[in-house]
Amino acid sequence: MRGGEDKAVNKDGRSKIRALVVDDSMVNRTIHHKLLENLGIENQVVGNGKEAVDAHSSGNYFDLILMDMDMPVMNGIEATRRLRAMGVRSLIAGVTTRSLEQEKQEFMEAGLDDYQEKPLTAAKLVSIIHKINQSSSTPR
Amino acid sequence: MDVISQLQRQFIDYTSSLYREGYVDDQFSQLQKLQDESNPDFVVEVVSLFFDDCQKLVQNMAQALEQQNVDFRQVDSHVHQLKGSSSSVGASRVKNACIAFRTFCEAQNREGCLRCLQQVNQEYSVLKNKLQQLFRLEQQIIAAGGSIPMVE
Repeated sequence: MRGGEDKAVNKDGRSKIRALVVDDSMVNRTIHHKLLENLGIENQVVGNGKEAVDAHSSGNYFDLILMDMDMPVMNGIEATRRLRAMGVRSLIAGVTTRSLEQEKQEFMEAGLDDYQEKPLTAAKLVSIIHKINQSSSTPR
Repeated sequence: MDVISQLQRQFIDYTSSLYREGYVDDQFSQLQKLQDESNPDFVVEVVSLFFDDCQKLVQNMAQALEQQNVDFRQVDSHVHQLKGSSSSVGASRVKNACIAFRTFCEAQNREGCLRCLQQVNQEYSVLKNKLQQLFRLEQQIIAAGGSIPMVE
């Protein structure tokens, strides 16, 4: 059984970025899925924090996680904490409409690498993705 | 002017008016940019999802406000959700109505909330009609053999 740390690779050995969209709104899931697809990023969508955690079972790995904050069952803050506690070192970007400094702080402290205010645009996504490339030299 | 040019002119004017009158904002044009040959109905799909959301959330808000003891946090949570999705599709007036609504939730003002609910309901109904008109114009252009012009 392959270890959980291996990234998905193409036949020529180049890594393809894989993303996970975590949002309870179907409107947002649809938009974020398309935004990522248009940038050539393979992605899965789930509807809450618990599903995000479950998506990491069996050694599944994502380079990028777009994490909404307010979700039922398990919210973004809790899910981020859980994933970090599990040893997940993916780039986790909080994507939310919350704008109070205190709320942002709490979310960042849960273990985010980046934070973007909704609505997400192609430009915001590109700035997040640059961070993945910057940290790609770090062994995962 | 041939039929296609006429329809295209109408489309451009109508789209411009939607932006000018604040019905939609730049986020809506972001959605249009995402549409391509592999997904030619993307905007219609997302907008339909949004209106389904509106209907459901407005119903939930109405129910919550009918209670003997209104749970304003519950109402606020529905408004917050609607604010989120309206912002994502660029439904500017609906979004602004939600922002106003939240202040009444915070103040636990039932009358104010009911007024806002009416406002939200109205804004989403009007927007729905406007966008349906826009999509009809698009279909007419395509049926006539033309292409949809980009409106910057």
